[in-house]
Amino acid sequence: MGHEGEEVSDQRTGLGATEPLAGFVGCDETIERLYTYLDGELTEQRRIEIARHLDLCGPCVGAYGFEAELRKLVANRCQDRVPDALRDRVARALREESASGAE
Amino acid sequence: MADREQFSDLAMEYMSALYSAALRMTRNPADAEDLVQETYLKAYRAFGSFEAGTNLKAWLYRILTNTYINSYRAKKRRPEIADVEDVEDLYLYHHLAGDPSAGLGRSAEDEALDRFTDTDVKAAIESLPDSFRMAVLLADVEGFSYKEIAEITDVPIGTVMSRIHRGRKALQKALVDVGRARGLVGASDEAR
Repeated sequence: MGHEGEEVSDQRTGLGATEPLAGFVGCDETIERLYTYLDGELTEQRRIEIARHLDLCGPCVGAYGFEAELRKLVANRCQDRVPDALRDRVARALREESASGAE
Repeated sequence: MADREQFSDLAMEYMSALYSAALRMTRNPADAEDLVQETYLKAYRAFGSFEAGTNLKAWLYRILTNTYINSYRAKKRRPEIADVEDVEDLYLYHHLAGDPSAGLGRSAEDEALDRFTDTDVKAAIESLPDSFRMAVLLADVEGFSYKEIAEITDVPIGTVMSRIHRGRKALQKALVDVGRARGLVGASDEAR
């Protein structure tokens, strides 16, 4: 977003603007770890911290939901149908390979 | 060999995933078909060395990736540089937000996402440099873990994480560019 203008301090308008409470992770850290969280690759302790933050923070949950949707979109939009000719070609190549290698 | 006879039964179900990945890598159906055929032939010949019970899909992807790098990548050299330094976190999310001060209408961004077609997403992925493209494909399309991707691409896990991270940023930038060209994303933030 633009760098002009005053610092964002309203927690509705900007992610990363809320102050972390003692023992809780803040928005900055949550956003920074969002992808690793989605990947299921955080340590259990960190995963719990991020999940707890997401339970309480509307803006971060919005971002989390969006990134999860984006992940699904990328996977779903990248499926291609295998041409029948390719299936036939591969099956034939394997048969030939098998015949030539047979004792 | 008994295990070779099993090969078709076990390996054929992954063809559609492998073919999609091959298309994204080669960006060309003829090359993608050759790459998939070559992958299956190599896998078949090497199947004796595959450890039963381990991850066959990852093993096939490893062969696909290596074959691509060795035989196809050189054909169409692209610079390996993706400048993502200026791409902040949540880049696409912020660009799809109609009005940043109306931060509560979050389903609007999710709806905007749905307007990206197969062609848009494929074009965005295919615009990425090789190593980022593979990392994003393996992580986000195929859902492999960091450890599996490290094994498939034969690089340390730290490198995998960095490539995925940078690749996703590059992908979000590419999606914004594609979206802009299609009028799904506003021309510029400054205009608001």
